Amino acid sequence: MTTEMHRHIHETLGDARLQDAVLTATGRLKASRIAAVAPDVLPDYQELRTQAHALKKHAIENLDAYLEQFERNLEAHGGKAVYCKDAAEVADFILGLARERGARLIVKSKSMLTEEIDLNERLEKHGLESVETDLGEYILQLAHERPYHLVAPALHKTRYDVAEIFSARLGVPHEIVIEKQTATARAVLREKFLAADIGISGANFLVADSGAVVLVENEGNARLSTSAPKIHIAIAGIEKIIPRAQDLATFLKLLARSATGQWLSVYTSFLSGPRRAGEIDGPEEFYVVLVDNGRTRLLADPGRRQSLHCIRCGACLNTCPVYRRIGGYSFPWVYSGPIGSVLTPQFMGTAHAPGLPFASSLCGACAEVCPVKIDLPKLLLELRSDVKEADKSEGRGRWERLAFRLFAWLMRHPRLYEMAGKMAPMFAPSGKGGWIRSVPGLMNFPPIKAWTDERDLPPPPAKSFRETWRRR
Amino acid sequence: MSREAILQSVRSALGRAAGQAIPEAPPVRIRLPEIDVEARIASLMVRVEALAGEAVRVATPADARAWVAAAIEGKQAVASNAPFLAECGIPALPGVRCGLTVESELRALCATAGVGITSADYALADTGTLVMISSPREARLISLLPPAHIAVVPSSRILSGLDELFAKFPLPAEQTSSMVLITGPSRTADIEQILVRGVHGPGKIAVVVVG
Repeated sequence: MTTEMHRHIHETLGDARLQDAVLTATGRLKASRIAAVAPDVLPDYQELRTQAHALKKHAIENLDAYLEQFERNLEAHGGKAVYCKDAAEVADFILGLARERGARLIVKSKSMLTEEIDLNERLEKHGLESVETDLGEYILQLAHERPYHLVAPALHKTRYDVAEIFSARLGVPHEIVIEKQTATARAVLREKFLAADIGISGANFLVADSGAVVLVENEGNARLSTSAPKIHIAIAGIEKIIPRAQDLATFLKLLARSATGQWLSVYTSFLSGPRRAGEIDGPEEFYVVLVDNGRTRLLADPGRRQSLHCIRCGACLNTCPVYRRIGGYSFPWVYSGPIGSVLTPQFMGTAHAPGLPFASSLCGACAEVCPVKIDLPKLLLELRSDVKEADKSEGRGRWERLAFRLFAWLMRHPRLYEMAGKMAPMFAPSGKGGWIRSVPGLMNFPPIKAWTDERDLPPPPAKSFRETWRRR
Repeated sequence: MSREAILQSVRSALGRAAGQAIPEAPPVRIRLPEIDVEARIASLMVRVEALAGEAVRVATPADARAWVAAAIEGKQAVASNAPFLAECGIPALPGVRCGLTVESELRALCATAGVGITSADYALADTGTLVMISSPREARLISLLPPAHIAVVPSSRILSGLDELFAKFPLPAEQTSSMVLITGPSRTADIEQILVRGVHGPGKIAVVVVG
């Protein structure tokens, strides 16, 4: 396991307040999701999941043609599609446009893709002001932190943290009442919305038959970012395509329910092109930036390309017993939880954080809640295998392989296996508080130590299962 | 910039050729329940109130005007150019500005008004949702900038839900640059999961069903 990840995990496990915050918040989101998909309120939930999976699979398998269709329809409505292969190209496009239009102030609504490519930092380096307007994202931008969770980015911050951040960065009085903190953000950001030259948004869906961007949110900041400034730029991964506007009747029923347990989010915006003749407000220019940033690499493998079906609801995080303990910052990249463990190694390479696919108990809860039925446990297993193959070819993990070979051999010899089982209690250290937390002295050399450092074991029972079975 | 390069790497990863047709997509899944008007109205009102919005039903356009007049008393309001609001006589109420067609003027008024008054193109009964289609009759900012939003909707425009909306309106982009579904007041739970209403959009929403 990488040491950086290790350190974050231990920090999180040792922080009682943080443990409580993460468990409470994810627990609440999880309970709300369960209530919102219960058979009495959404009887066709499982059918909708099956349909959503089929639609995503179909769209991804024909992605090139749908991108072209999207582009044609967008341009028919006066918008413009811009393809970018990576972070630098996205930044260059925006900087170029800002220069041409003399733009200085950008308001931004939540977008995970812009987190992937550190867009704010890139723009600010060139003298543009780029302000996050989702309350959670705004708090994190002021604190210089990255999102802790896909849908609740500032989940780890308390009202006291926010009071510190606001008074230090905005020069407002120290205020711990959440309603008043929200009002402060509203007032500060309202000025920005009305003065901004450009609004940047992400996209929850790109609708091919309409050339439309669909945005789902609760605060109204995405609506403001895309309505008030003269220029709207939506930035989206190419995998966000769905075939038809009518497919939203499937996806919208699943997204908010899976994310927060709402039946629909407060605002769902379906936007296609700049304002039309006669419309009183809305942007005069409308761009959709279609970003690769590693996505085409994931497409080649027919089994793994399902990682690109994700609609970023965060349900797998809320239900994951590992995420709920180790929290968002233990994951080394912008995506956390089970989907993060699947996306990060594929985007960054397994060497980036080889421990990641192992940060799962493979209990399967994530696959059960995924609204588009991504087989997350299977993908995690495959990525584990990638990590081990890499270890093997680079000559790492010899001890572990030897231990597993020995174990496999033992398993094939029932008599010896039983004998070993009987001997185990003699060699095993006495567990403190009923658990073995480490092994003593001589046996505590690196490979075993590394193993037991991460795992507590119940002491071997006096009588084995086989013995109990025989004397039954 | 990288258009061709990206499309080409997508094609080669998928084993597709340029211009290759798309196989048939999974059939659209639209289910239209049969619900009569009274049940739609009842469901809409229950859902709006479940989201801490206010829902009222009045018999006639004149009753709608009276309700709105009482609700905005002493406040500055901006009303949209929706013909139904005119039919109710709402633009003539004291304190109401209406008939705006210039963006700068509209924006300045919406930024200071206490209430935004609109109609809605449709409402969705099963989720308590207003469907706002941007047009010369409905601007975007009226339901967005003021701290309170009142929507006056004829009962005939209440659809059962998303499925009926997309059945009636399979290609919204053919008619508008912006269709927004509004489900309850603006809200956040970003700090400690505590629900706060009225973050960037209106913290108060009232739906007046007419007829």
